[in-house]
Amino acid sequence: MSVVTYLEAIRQAMWEEMERDPRVFLLGQDVGTYGGPFRVTAGMLERFGPERVIDTPISESAMVGAAIGAAMMGMLPIVEMQFIDFISCAFNQIINFAGPNHYRWGQKVPLVIRGPAGGNVHGSAFHSQNPESYFQHTPGLKIVAPGTAADARGLLKAAIRDPNPVLFFEHKYLYRRIKEELPAGDGVVPIGQARLARAGRDLSVITYGAMLHLALEAADRLAAEGIDLEILDLRTVKPLDEEAIIATVRKTNKVIVLTEEQLTGSVAGEVTARIAERGFAWLDAPVMRLCCPDTPVPYSPTLEEFYLPNVEKLVERVRELAGY
Amino acid sequence: MAKRGSVSSGKKAGKKAGKAGKTTGKRTGKTAGKTIAKTTGKKDPGDGVVAAAVAAGAAGPEARPRGRRLRGPRLEPSSASAPGDDLRGLRGLRGLRDLRARLAPTELPRERQLELYRFMKLNRMVEERLGNLYRQGKVVGGLYSSRGQEATSVGSAYALEPQDFMGPLIRNLGSMLVRGVQPREVMMQYMAKGGSPTGGKDGNTHFGDLRRGLVAPISMLGALIPVMAGVALAGKMQGKNLVALTYIGDGGTSTGDFHEGLNLAAVLQVPLVVIAEHNGYAYSTPTARQMRIPDIAIRAAAYGIPGEIVDGNDVLAVHAVTRRAVERARAGGGPSLIEAKTFRMKGHAEHDDAGYVPPELFESWRRRDPIERFERHLLAGGLATAEELARITAALDAELVAEMDQALASPMPPPERALEGVYAPAPAAEGAEGAKVAER
Repeated sequence: MSVVTYLEAIRQAMWEEMERDPRVFLLGQDVGTYGGPFRVTAGMLERFGPERVIDTPISESAMVGAAIGAAMMGMLPIVEMQFIDFISCAFNQIINFAGPNHYRWGQKVPLVIRGPAGGNVHGSAFHSQNPESYFQHTPGLKIVAPGTAADARGLLKAAIRDPNPVLFFEHKYLYRRIKEELPAGDGVVPIGQARLARAGRDLSVITYGAMLHLALEAADRLAAEGIDLEILDLRTVKPLDEEAIIATVRKTNKVIVLTEEQLTGSVAGEVTARIAERGFAWLDAPVMRLCCPDTPVPYSPTLEEFYLPNVEKLVERVRELAGY
Repeated sequence: MAKRGSVSSGKKAGKKAGKAGKTTGKRTGKTAGKTIAKTTGKKDPGDGVVAAAVAAGAAGPEARPRGRRLRGPRLEPSSASAPGDDLRGLRGLRGLRDLRARLAPTELPRERQLELYRFMKLNRMVEERLGNLYRQGKVVGGLYSSRGQEATSVGSAYALEPQDFMGPLIRNLGSMLVRGVQPREVMMQYMAKGGSPTGGKDGNTHFGDLRRGLVAPISMLGALIPVMAGVALAGKMQGKNLVALTYIGDGGTSTGDFHEGLNLAAVLQVPLVVIAEHNGYAYSTPTARQMRIPDIAIRAAAYGIPGEIVDGNDVLAVHAVTRRAVERARAGGGPSLIEAKTFRMKGHAEHDDAGYVPPELFESWRRRDPIERFERHLLAGGLATAEELARITAALDAELVAEMDQALASPMPPPERALEGVYAPAPAAEGAEGAKVAER
C-alpha cells in the first residue's frame, strides 16, 4: 500500500465517490481546467467532464445556493471554496438556507462545502482563517476538520454520503506535510466520532486539525519529563462527541483545549462549557484553553508565529496545569 | 431523489395547461433563440406586452442590448407630475391599461381561461379569509397580501408543466395555488397549526413540497435565485427536461444574490425563468431608491439573457410571456428575466397602512385591477356570463368555508416538536450517525 499525502487523500475521496455515485459533482472556482490552486482537483475535469466538474464565476453565494438547489433535487454537490476564508461570502445561503432547511420543511440538503483552512503558511488575514466557530452556532450544519490523511479521506466520504449540509475544513498546512498509509477499502470515518490519538494518564489535550500534530510533538517532549499526555482528536467539530470528551475528563481530570481559532466565541469555548456542565465533578483544575489571540491573522512570520499556538506554548501550559 | 407525485387541482391544471401549451410551443419553437420581443411586437395592438425586450439571448457584438421600444408608452423616466421621480419606474403604465383596456391575445381555450379566473379569485379570496383570521387574532405572525398582483402569480405559474419547479416568494400565494397548494395548508401555516405543512415550524407561505415542484423560500431576498438556478442545473444534469421558475421584487433586485444567481444561471445556460414583480414599493421604499433605471428588465442585458416587460395586471399577457420564456428555457435557450409591472395594493404586511403611498397611485392602480380586467375580458368576449362568474365565486366561497373549518380544527403542535428534525436522518446503513440526529 502506498503512502499518500493529506491532500492526495482528499482528492482520492472525491475521486472515489464520483466514480461510485453519479450524483456527486464538483463546483467551484478554477476547479476544472486549472485543477485548483492546490491541485486538489487535478485531473478530475479530464476524468469526469465539464458536466460534473464545473468552473464557476467568482460567486460564493451563488455556488452554494446552486448547490443547495441541486442537492434538494437529489444530486450530491461538493462546493470548493478556493480558500475557506471566502465561505463568509456565502454565509446567508449556509446559515439561512442550507442549515435550517430540513427543520423548516423537511427537505434534506445533502451538500459538502470544503476548502483549505488554517494558518502557518503566511497567508495573512484572508487566506488563513479557521471559520468553524461562525457555523457551529447554526442548527442543521455539520462541521468536520480532519487532522490526518486517513481521516481526511474517510470523513470526506462520510460528508459526501451524509444527508445534511457538511462543512469540511481541510488544513492547508497539512496538505503536503503529512503522509500516511491509508486503510484498505472505503475507509469511511463516521461523522461525530472523536478519536483517541494518544492514550495517557496525566492530562488531556482536546484538539483537532493541524493542532493535533503540535499536541503529539508536545507529548513526546513531555514524556521525557514524566508527564503522560492523552490526546483526543475531535475530528468533528459539530456535532461534538460529548461522550468522548467526558470520558477523557474522567480519566485524567485535567484538560487543555487546543484550537487554532481566535479565543472568543470559539469551538474551544463550547468544549469547555460542556466539560463544566457535565464533567465538573471530575476536574482537578480549571479547564485551560490554548487558542489564538483575538486579532486578525497577521502576515509577517514573526507576528504569525507569535499569534499561533506552538509546541513551546503548549508545553508551558501543560506544565502549569500539571502543577495543580 | 424526489419523485413528482400527484397533485390535486394543480396537476389537473398543469396537464391541461400543457395541452394548451403545445400549440404555443410550436409557435415559440420557430422563434427560439431570437429576441422574444420581435415575436411580441408583431402581435396585434391588444398585446399586453408593453415594451420591447431589452436584450438578446445571443452573445457577441451584434447582440448588444438596446433599450429599443417597439410600441406603447415611453418607459423612460418622465419629468412630469409629482411626487418627484420616485415612481418613474411605474410611469410606463400610467394611463395605459385601465379596466377598459383589452388583454393580450391568447391561445388558451375558454375552459383554461376560466381556470385562470378561478385561481385569481381563489388567490384573492384566500387572502381575504386570512385577513379575517388575522383580525380575529388567530394568525400568530405577520400576514402578507398579494392583492393587485394576482395576475402575475397565477399567469406565470400557469405557464409551467407538471415536471417544472417553482420557488415562490411571500406574495406568490396564487402561484402556489396553481401548483396544487390547498387553502387550508396556507391557513394552517399562518395560524401555526400542528397540521400545517411545516408542522408549525415555519409560517405563512414558507413551505415547500418537491412532489408539487415547490421549493420553500427564505426571507432573505435574492437567495432563491441561485437556489433555483441549482434546481435548474440539477434538472439539466438529470435529463429531466424541467424548467425552474422563481420570483423577485423590485427591492430584491438590489441584492447580491440577484446578480450572482442570474449571472451564474446565464453562464451555465440553465433553464431558469425569473419573474421580477415591479410592484412599486419594497416595504416603504419606492423603486427610485432601489435603482437608477426605470425598468428592471434592463438588467437582463448585463447577463446576456433575454429581458422582457409585461403588463403584470394582464393575466393573459403574463401567461404568454412566461410561456415563451419557459419554452425557450426548456429548449436549451437558457434563462430569462421578465419584469411584470404591477402594484402592491396593500402595505408590506397587514400591520402596515401604506400611508407612504400617494392615494392617487392606489386609485390609478385600482382602475387596473387584474381580476376586474379579466372579468371584463371574459364577459366582453362572450367567454362567460356574469352568472357563470358568480357561480365560480360562490363555489369558491363554499370551498373556503370548509377549508377554514378544517384549518381551525387542527391542534397546535406539541411543544416537544420544537426539538425534532434539525438533521435529516442518516440512511439505516449508517446507523451510528443516525443516533445523533439532534445534537443535545
